[in-house]
This record gives sequence, structure tokens and C-alpha cells, in this order.
Amino acid sequence: MSDIKIRAKLKDGETEVKCLMSHPMETGLRKDSKTDELVPAHFIQEVVCKAKDQVVMTASWSGGVSKNPYLAFKFKGGEVGDPIEVTWTDNKGETQTAADKIT
Amino acid sequence: MIDAKRRILLKGSLAAGTVGVAVGAGLLSPGLVLASWNEAAFQAKELPAALKSLMGSDTTETSEAIKIKAPDIAENGAVVPVTVETDMEGVKSIAIVADANQTPLIASFDLGESALPFVSTRIKMAKTSNVVAVVQTADKLYSNKKEVKVTIGGCGG
Repeated sequence: MSDIKIRAKLKDGETEVKCLMSHPMETGLRKDSKTDELVPAHFIQEVVCKAKDQVVMTASWSGGVSKNPYLAFKFKGGEVGDPIEVTWTDNKGETQTAADKIT
Repeated sequence: MIDAKRRILLKGSLAAGTVGVAVGAGLLSPGLVLASWNEAAFQAKELPAALKSLMGSDTTETSEAIKIKAPDIAENGAVVPVTVETDMEGVKSIAIVADANQTPLIASFDLGESALPFVSTRIKMAKTSNVVAVVQTADKLYSNKKEVKVTIGGCGG
């Protein structure tokens, strides 16, 4: 079960892809309010977005991206039914992939 | 008999040796998977250092062709929606920076051939500062900024 939500819509020859991932995105600089200890860094470092197996965009992130990150991008040349695939990898080496089709 | 055991032992240690070499060479470490993640840039405390490491230069030309959509006032610095768009040709990558954050570089987006110069995400801001967008084309860096007033910082505990 993946919890990346993807919505890809074709409009006037441009495909807009919106994704929502669920991740704590800890910077490593935040202190736990109860224990006063630093919360270890845990954030997504890389997001690879593919359309029809071709990489459209690669995003590199720091912990400065908000918790449960939102990402939108656009590309040209998509067609209804084309597969869109989004994969993230975080600083602990965990990874998640989700796929959807252009509508 | 003793000799045969010795053989087995030797084989065993050889096999273990191979795995050891693989780990040692970094083949099994997760760090290597992300060869493109630029640690120096993302950990830089100042924007020029981050840009130099990320894009090879810290000289940027201010351009009004870069449009930054962000709120004038962000009530919650933990979630500030930012959209960067431009009509420039040949954009290779777009970076989003929050000037006053401890590590200012927040995100960098490498655009493939078919990608349009448009990205939208949500960022954390420690305090009121400029959101800077840096656009890299084939030969130059362009940037633009927009001030966002933050009423509650988003990086503290």
C-alpha cells in the first residue's frame, strides 16, 4: 500500500501532475518539547517523477519542505492514459513508489 | 580429515570476505543510491555557498520573468505554499530558497526535456524573510524574490 496520492490532468497539451506524500520531514534541528532532545533528521531527499518510463523531473529536497509534502509540476507531450510514476527516497534509505494514469 | 576441514574453513572465510568488500566499497550502503543529492549545498548555512555547490556559481541576475507565488503573510511558517513559474526558454533547474532558514536551500528541481518551468510545493520558514527562486538556464542563473511575513515560525519545537 502506498500513500503517495497522484493526480495527473491533461489540459491544452500540458499535463499537470499533483502529488501528495506522507512523510514526517524532520529537519534534525527541531527539539522535542517534552524531552528537550533533538528529533533526528528524517526527510525525503529525492523525488523522481516519470511519465511513460521517461524521467520528467527529479526533485532534491532538504528538511525545509513541509511535513507531508505537496509537489506539483507540468510537462508537455502527455496523453490520456499515459502512466505517471513517482518515487521518493529519504535520508534513511526508505523508498516508496506510486503510479497513476493521466486523465 | 583435518585438511578437508581446513578447506571448508577457507572457503567460508573467502565468501565472507566478498560480502565485506561489497559493503566496504559502498555497494550496499543506502547513501550511494542518492548520488545526485548534493549534501554540501543542502547543508550550507549561506545562500551563495549553497548556490555555488548546487549550480556552480553564485552570481545571479534578477529577473522579473520569474514569478513567485507565495502568501504576503504566512500565519504558519511550517506550511508556506510556494509556486515558481517562468516563461524563460531552456530552463534546466529551479531552486527554492528561504533566506533566513538555518539551511536556506530548501529544494532543487531538475527538469527533464519535456518538463515545463513550473513547480509548486509547500515549505517551512523559520521567520519573516525572502523566498528566493533561482532558475538555471544553459548559460546563466536568474533569480527573483518575494518577502513573506511569518507570524509563527515553522522550524522550532
